[in-house]
Amino acid sequence: MSTTTEAAEPASTVDLPESTGGGITTFDITLKVRRYIPEFSDEARWDEWTITMQGTDRVLDALHKVKWELDGSLSFRRSCAHGVCGSDAMRINGRNRLACKTLLKDLDTSQPITVEPIKGLPVEKDLIVDMEPFFQSYREIMPFMIANSPAPSAERYQSPEDRERFDDTTKCILCAACTSSCPVFWTDGQYFGPAAIVNAHRFIFDSRDDAGDMRLEVLNDKEGVWRCRTTFNCTDACPRGIEVTKAIQEVKTAILTRAA
Amino acid sequence: MTTTNTPAAFPATSLEAPRSGRIDPKYLRSKTSSGSFEMAAWVFMRFSGIALVVLIFVHLWVNLMSGGGIAQIDFGFVAGKWANPVWQFWDLVMLWLAMLHGANGMRTIINDYAEKDSTRLWLKTILVLGAAIIVVLGTLVIFTFEPCMLDAAGEQLPRAVCPS
Repeated sequence: MSTTTEAAEPASTVDLPESTGGGITTFDITLKVRRYIPEFSDEARWDEWTITMQGTDRVLDALHKVKWELDGSLSFRRSCAHGVCGSDAMRINGRNRLACKTLLKDLDTSQPITVEPIKGLPVEKDLIVDMEPFFQSYREIMPFMIANSPAPSAERYQSPEDRERFDDTTKCILCAACTSSCPVFWTDGQYFGPAAIVNAHRFIFDSRDDAGDMRLEVLNDKEGVWRCRTTFNCTDACPRGIEVTKAIQEVKTAILTRAA
Repeated sequence: MTTTNTPAAFPATSLEAPRSGRIDPKYLRSKTSSGSFEMAAWVFMRFSGIALVVLIFVHLWVNLMSGGGIAQIDFGFVAGKWANPVWQFWDLVMLWLAMLHGANGMRTIINDYAEKDSTRLWLKTILVLGAAIIVVLGTLVIFTFEPCMLDAAGEQLPRAVCPS
């Protein structure tokens, strides 16, 4: 048996000078989080932590640092942590964003960074809200394809132009950033909300779908598209860059032209 | 061996309403359908808005800019205008459109800002009453306007326009 010892490999094939530290800067931030723990108090309060973060970190990393190292009772939702699942929409510095897509260095780190639950939905604990009213509206617009023709043996064909018609609204990840940024939704939560209308739009303008009229009828409700005041909060809030207000206007036009 | 297929149902005709049964009732949207009233109100706001821009700016121009300008406005000036059926009609349309447009705007604001149904009901009752009184009163004034006003003693009031 040979007992030759091999020379240890270098840690990295690329040698970085010590001084750069990988080129990542660190800075201190103050994270100010709206806490609500119904087991202990009916009152919500603000908690603050000053933590050292790196230039590549996002708000979600700061929340993780607090939860994993400082206060394990901090509660928030996150699943994929990469802006796809839509779990971690929250109000950061007064704007609805995904914590996993908001880099700390893009925020004003000289001020405390405020993190609150999204508005208009019942808070269950800390940053976790009851999403049921939101998904209720989503279910109501029937977010699935309804085709009256028998299924063909292969796929249902669609021209690139027809596909392009609703491309923008296919991007929705149901994070509720738009609906919970809408002042009309804040009042009583009865309004369908931008997200439901966006997802209705995705099927209404799909050439393969045959239930557009049913969805238009649903959205012609008194809590439907006519409650939209075009404040554009939803378009600003959408982490996917969907032109939400435009989609709502297109649904309004579709209802009008159908009625005419 | 035989297989029995259950008859396929078209999804569009066999769809259950998504909120039937399994949903917590506290999240149910109140099911009082308003037909297409909200749509009609929305369309009305657009068209009455356009009409009002024309009506109001012509009204302002005729009253304040043309002829003698601001100084011309007195009882006699209004009496002169309302002797003409065109201006009667103009002011009537302006009154109705402006009141309905404004009241519908207020209704929208009440819907957006009032949080309780009872508050909404009260505010809307006051709004509808107020709007109705103003519309009825204004319409009456336009049609029953008396240019020749006499006081209790039967003397002609200053600036009244009486056939001599």
